[in-house]
Amino acid sequence: MFGKLTLAAIPFDKPIVISAVGGAVFLALVILGLITYYRKWTYLYHEWLTSLDHKKIGIMYIILALVMLVRGFSDAILMRSQQAVAAGGHLGFLAPDHFNQIFSAHGSIMIIFMAMPFLAGLMNIVVPQQIGARDVAFPFLNSVSLWLTAAGAMLIMVSLGVGEFSQAGWSGYTPLTEKAYSPGVGVDYWIWAFQIAGIGSTLTGINFLVTILKMRAPGMKPMHMPLFVWTAFFTSVLIVWAFPVLTVDLALVTLDRCLGMHFFTNDLGGNMMMYANLFWTWGHPEVYIVILPAFGVFSEVSATFSGKRLFGYRSLVYATAVITILSFSVWVHHFFTMGAGPNVNLFFGIATMLIAIPTGVKIFNWLFTMYRGRIQFTPPMYWTLGFIVTFTIGGAAGVLMAVPPADYVLHNSLFLIAHFHTMLIPGTLFGFLAGYYYWFPKAVGFRLQENWGIRAFWCWIIGFYLAFIPLYVLGFMGMPRRLQHYVNPAWHPYLLVAALGTALIGLGIVFLGVQLVVSIKERRALSDTTGDPWDGRTLEWLTASPPAAYNFPKIPVVEDIDAFMGMKEKDVAYRRPEQYSDIEIPKNVPHGLIIGAFAFLGGFAVIWYIWWLALVSALGILGTVIARSWDDDPHYLIPAAEVQRIEDERHRQLAAVAQRCPADAPASPEPVPGR
Amino acid sequence: MTPDATAISATYRAEVAHPDTVAMQTFGFWIYLMSDLIIFATLFATFAVFSRSYAGGPAGKELVDLTYLLGETLFLLCSSVTYGLVMLAVHRGKKKWVLLGLVVTFLLGLGFVSMEIHEFYGLVAKGYGPDRSAFLSSFFTLVGTHGTHVTFGLIWMAVMMGQVAVKGLTSPVQSRLMRLSMFWHFLDLIWIGIFSLVYLMGVV
Repeated sequence: MFGKLTLAAIPFDKPIVISAVGGAVFLALVILGLITYYRKWTYLYHEWLTSLDHKKIGIMYIILALVMLVRGFSDAILMRSQQAVAAGGHLGFLAPDHFNQIFSAHGSIMIIFMAMPFLAGLMNIVVPQQIGARDVAFPFLNSVSLWLTAAGAMLIMVSLGVGEFSQAGWSGYTPLTEKAYSPGVGVDYWIWAFQIAGIGSTLTGINFLVTILKMRAPGMKPMHMPLFVWTAFFTSVLIVWAFPVLTVDLALVTLDRCLGMHFFTNDLGGNMMMYANLFWTWGHPEVYIVILPAFGVFSEVSATFSGKRLFGYRSLVYATAVITILSFSVWVHHFFTMGAGPNVNLFFGIATMLIAIPTGVKIFNWLFTMYRGRIQFTPPMYWTLGFIVTFTIGGAAGVLMAVPPADYVLHNSLFLIAHFHTMLIPGTLFGFLAGYYYWFPKAVGFRLQENWGIRAFWCWIIGFYLAFIPLYVLGFMGMPRRLQHYVNPAWHPYLLVAALGTALIGLGIVFLGVQLVVSIKERRALSDTTGDPWDGRTLEWLTASPPAAYNFPKIPVVEDIDAFMGMKEKDVAYRRPEQYSDIEIPKNVPHGLIIGAFAFLGGFAVIWYIWWLALVSALGILGTVIARSWDDDPHYLIPAAEVQRIEDERHRQLAAVAQRCPADAPASPEPVPGR
Repeated sequence: MTPDATAISATYRAEVAHPDTVAMQTFGFWIYLMSDLIIFATLFATFAVFSRSYAGGPAGKELVDLTYLLGETLFLLCSSVTYGLVMLAVHRGKKKWVLLGLVVTFLLGLGFVSMEIHEFYGLVAKGYGPDRSAFLSSFFTLVGTHGTHVTFGLIWMAVMMGQVAVKGLTSPVQSRLMRLSMFWHFLDLIWIGIFSLVYLMGVV
């Protein structure tokens, strides 16, 4: 009836795990209790869980990302504190098998369940508004993507309390992940969490490609698109090209494990390096999938807060395109030591170094955008500046590791760990946090409190250097990654500093939480009634904050890049049309949520060999899709009168702001040289 | 031009009404097919890597009965032709012919899948199952993934028969028939790749 699942799967004997599970369950019960107490279930269901509105889906993605950021960071704290104490004769407080699960979960969560939902969330909130559209191309598919991602995240969370997680690292190299060496359910949790969320990501990629190519406002030529749209476009291209390879790679491991096939086994003709090749054929583009949207954020932020048009817009677009293409020609640098031969390694080494060129172009673009600008030091600018400095250091370390002989020395050492964290934390997380602050007022209607944002930044950046610079040194001292325990006393002081840095980053995360709470408390003082709190340049600032369900009462016409700035300069941004017309909006439907629930159940069933449940889930997904396909009228109409009412209200607010403090009025700001 | 130029907005709105939805769905489906093509490309590459990893088990020659394969292939190719006829009937609005064509296509597709299952069953019975060698693993996975796709195409086709019968040839139904057509021909193309690279190359 329950396959391999018995009560013994719950780790009652591990106090650390069980207290973490207890805490998570308790927190979940509190939240569910509060929702019940305030009778918010119907509101939650009708307005959020079944919503097809791209803005709400985006907000739900970002909530998921922030929750998983905390989860992934707790893993980081555990690893750093273990290594801070487990030197010489001390064994620390984590058993080896537990430590292995923690580093595997940390990587898996941060890439697939923090970075991916965060970028999907930002793209959802921003891209349709920046191109002057009312939604994405396929709103229902969007909801399916969200709930598949959430289903994958739930699987990882459940693995904490039921069974175990993979001990084979986030990259799950074979043959370690084969049945012979990992007979437990940990690897299966890892496989199905990745597989389900990965399919969600592929669908997101398809959705945004069509949205950006087909739904731009009239007049918006490709070279008029805001840079964030360009990066979202190239990220979508990479998703559609790369994620299917991951899907296949994971499926082949599944076949090896479940049906006894021999793709990556040691015997009967299997080839374990085929796994590594396929994994990194997805894995390296994946790095750019998560980094490019952050590059887009930095571009928007540095232009807006420097009060200037982006420097070298075209070169930034072309650099992004070059990165997109080159990202598929470097995957072997993840395993130079495989020994494919000097010529193969040489090719991939040079290709890797080449990527530094377009990336360097971008760094200069952002610097020259700021040059002679009227820079406002808001938190997004802090994140951007912190990114530029730190990312350049990490890039230099990357070019060093691109030299195959050097890589033979540094491979799998802490130098590598330091390198890719120096790329991914500033390059992805700083960018997403900048975007979080920048677009927060657009999504929810009030700004985030600035001081706590700046405090969080300083904790993050100082903590980051303290945590990762020692790892570069340790790499040169020969310390490998993923050590639960070590005997060399010379490493100990550096690991203590790294633990201190991690604690400081923890404080940064706490400050981000404080910032959110304080901002919610002061939301009236921080409210954004204009829809344009930063004197923005692109179309998303034309809508109200938060935007009406239809975003734009009339689809704007675009003539140039920075379309909204152009409208403000001509003083036509807030001119009202003579009359409004009816607007079609997608109806909310529960099918996406149901598909996600079945995907979660199905994944859980396959992990524990509960075959009847797996079959029921598969049929459930199929039935839900078919049921949805019978609905030929997925829209409802917002009548023109209702649009009129909403817009009257908005323009009354705008007029009130203009009267109260004319300096803050959004219409026709003072011309600044260089605009 | 001002951003609220009503005339331009009006023409734009006319464009984004229903016909555009169909165009977007078709375009989105093209991109989906591209991602599916990458799945098959990865499986072809995997098959190429393992094409000589027999591990003492059977080689391609011992598996392939080309006459049988010809029959299987004819089923699938003919089903593509009949689906082409379905689309012609759709454009002429002939509901009965559409239904008849779908039934014929469905039966041909079912014939293909049945023959493939029979072929697989025979191989496993001989002890040449996918767990015998890496070569057989990649063979079964590549061919089986195609077969699974055809099976899902059949399920889709059954649903479409129901929709044509109940709803008639409305615009959304036509759009779905169009996308199923793309899917079906796509699987035909993949099969030609499999036939050439897996079966014909396996024999020589």
